[in-house]
Amino acid sequence: MTDLQKSWVLHLGIIALLFVLQFILPAYHHGSLARVMVLTCYAMGYNILFGYTGLLSLGHALFFAAGMYGLSLSIAHLDWNAGPALLAGLAAGFAMALVIGMLLLRTAGVAFMIVTLMFAQAGYLTVLYFGEWTRGDEGFVIQQDLRRIAGYDLSDPTNRYFAALLLMAACIIITLRVVQTGFGRVLVAIRENEERTRMLGYDIQRHKLAAILLSGTMSAAAGAAYGLLFGYAGATFASVQYSIFPLLWVLLGGAGTVLGPFIGTLFMFYLIDLSSELTTAYMLIAGLVLVALTLFAPQGLVGELRRRTMRWLP
Amino acid sequence: MELGPYLILGLLEGLVTAAVLSLMALGLSLVFGVMRVVNVAHGEFFMVGAVLAWWIAGAVGGHPALGFLAALLLAPPLTAGLAMLADQLVLKRIGYDPERTIVATIGLLYVIQQITLMTYGPDARPVEAPFNQRLSIPFVEWTPEGLSMYWPWGLGTTSYKLAVIAAAVILLTAIWLLMTRTRYGLLMRATQLDRETAQAFAIPVGRVYASVFGLGAGLAALGGVLIVPIQQAHYLMGHDPLLLSFIVVIIGGLGSLPGTVVAALLIGVSDGMISVFFSPTLAKIIATLAVAFVLIFRPQGLFGKRAL
Amino acid sequence: MTLLSTRQLSRHFGGLKAVETVDFDLPAGQVRALIGPNGAGKTTFVGMLSGRIPASNGRVFFDGRDITAEPAHRRIRAGMAYTFQITSVYGRLPVTENVALAVRWRAGGDEAQTSRRVMEALDRVGIADRADQLAGDLSYGHQRLLEIAMGLSQEPRLLILDEPTQGLADSEIADFIALIRGLAGEMTILLIEHNINVVMQTADAITVLNSGQVLAEGTPDEIRANAAVQAAYLGTG
Repeated sequence: MTDLQKSWVLHLGIIALLFVLQFILPAYHHGSLARVMVLTCYAMGYNILFGYTGLLSLGHALFFAAGMYGLSLSIAHLDWNAGPALLAGLAAGFAMALVIGMLLLRTAGVAFMIVTLMFAQAGYLTVLYFGEWTRGDEGFVIQQDLRRIAGYDLSDPTNRYFAALLLMAACIIITLRVVQTGFGRVLVAIRENEERTRMLGYDIQRHKLAAILLSGTMSAAAGAAYGLLFGYAGATFASVQYSIFPLLWVLLGGAGTVLGPFIGTLFMFYLIDLSSELTTAYMLIAGLVLVALTLFAPQGLVGELRRRTMRWLP
Repeated sequence: MELGPYLILGLLEGLVTAAVLSLMALGLSLVFGVMRVVNVAHGEFFMVGAVLAWWIAGAVGGHPALGFLAALLLAPPLTAGLAMLADQLVLKRIGYDPERTIVATIGLLYVIQQITLMTYGPDARPVEAPFNQRLSIPFVEWTPEGLSMYWPWGLGTTSYKLAVIAAAVILLTAIWLLMTRTRYGLLMRATQLDRETAQAFAIPVGRVYASVFGLGAGLAALGGVLIVPIQQAHYLMGHDPLLLSFIVVIIGGLGSLPGTVVAALLIGVSDGMISVFFSPTLAKIIATLAVAFVLIFRPQGLFGKRAL
Repeated sequence: MTLLSTRQLSRHFGGLKAVETVDFDLPAGQVRALIGPNGAGKTTFVGMLSGRIPASNGRVFFDGRDITAEPAHRRIRAGMAYTFQITSVYGRLPVTENVALAVRWRAGGDEAQTSRRVMEALDRVGIADRADQLAGDLSYGHQRLLEIAMGLSQEPRLLILDEPTQGLADSEIADFIALIRGLAGEMTILLIEHNINVVMQTADAITVLNSGQVLAEGTPDEIRANAAVQAAYLGTG
């Protein structure tokens, strides 16, 4: 088998495995896994920008929240159906990524990080400021009968699981395609050495903007799906904490690997799930993991695996 | 009450904010200036200062002034020690890489904050001010008999708030003298200018880094101790000041002391003024967007040199 | 035919005139060396040719077209290739991918054609046997060769080599001279070079920069005989 074939077999195999797991898992883990898969899409969107292009954003909650509020506000206040509302969420994320992206192209390094942080903070405060519509921190519930697409009730656990799996499979296939084509190779080249890449004839700004658009839209898709599948939108999802989460998941799983975001999200979700039974200070775990990762395993779990044995992992 | 007294009130409250903010932002700015890293956990050192002040004041007992004095003397060095420990255990080992440092200090932020939550708890607790006389402020109005003074209701401050402003002025002057007149300041500036050359001249760069990181945290903790008699100690209290310090440091130009002080005055006073008239949320939205746009279109800050 | 020319090209940094009103013409097919003492403005001048540094004044023409306002990546696509003075390969990527990045868009995304051209370029500079290694694991000399392979794999009309022999051993320099002689006739080459031996053995013509201005221009023999050049440059070396 060539490396290319191996990687398709592995990734499609994992999607098939998750499909089968649905019939075996107990209800609690079944629900958790659906949540993990949606959040994985958020992490995969983040990974396009951070892992492959080398741009570290501290404000991706802005895109996640754009998707979530694009969907939920058009359902709650415009009486849209779930289908068009989902598209509204994607469009909101895309538009946000376009505007923010054009501004971000003027910055680099630490300034890039702080500007993303500031924009996301302004976004979070804006959600609070328009509390009349968004209900601020308290948030609002999207009623069950409004969460239907093509006749499928997405609040039903089985449908929800399949919808989440479908979305994650789409994100995995998109990411795989991106990293296998010239476009993805150029993103990696920009990450490794921007000036060299420019001097090989590539338009850096255009590639970066495309990466921001893909990353922002994928994150927004996750946000919209989260609102739709779990029926709730709240300001927490726009807060700094939700900008830090995808960074944490991707670092843990392995930045610049296709499977890293899933592995990282899965690990962290259960780690926090378990520790929140023990203490209210469950973010302590997140903090310790972040410090430990920067110190001991900057490559993450899948990254270490690739470095040690499976060099073909995309 | 007329507009005039409102403005004076806003100005006074703003000066108190500016005083604490300039100490904290100076700490952030020193760390960035000398070590070229952004410390995202800086707000937590402010919080630790305030919480330690509560512990120490409670443990000392007796007259409030006694407890507060003990806190003022002990909390900043303790916090500085904590920061130096973090520097040795974490930052030094990742070689002060700018991006990895941000990730690591985000981790530290959560570790410090959550440990405080586990030990100190989720409540907000006050520390009694060492002195707290109410001072009314007179205002002038034009009457048929000519100019006359009166004391509008609600226009006033406390002796403690004035003392905070005075303390900040003294401390800032002391830091300025430390930077410009001492051997330690010289070492700091040499390291800031060029790390490699400093090393070649046998300047102990590692120790300078650790001490600057400690000094920065100590300044934040000082701000925390000073604010705690006005605003209670709480494990999440570091968040907003961190954001404001970022704003101050970026507008003032990273690593520039006069720029930092001017920007702290600007932000503190306008924050005080804006909150008198507008919603604080809107004020914060405007301020955060302002920082973003300053970084995008004028990365050298409004006063300083290009730093990021 | 003139492939590249500049008119009144200048670059000022504050009060410093790094390059001052340079008129320069490079005929197609020539191997031209650009020499001059340190601080003569060679790197700034080449930076303006390749688009890494914007010009303060004057114009750059490539293939008869005014490219003064074009960004670097467009100039590369128009047929320039540039190799860095300080080795600038992708250390964490395989040797093949380093070169593939240089040729992929020219091959229209055709991976088979891309890898064929990659191997040709690696073969040409003599590091084909290292194709599967990470670029960062190559020796310094091999990294310099990889850098050149990235340049010539683009089949450029103008290849700009910025101090390619810096830090190479004598035997490696001899190989490099042979390589450049082999390339002569296939493409126009602009060589910024400190090592006067390399210059004399490879260049058809030499331009000498001093204090941001053209001090002399001519064949290697003319330059060798030029008193002003000897005073400014050769005399010291």
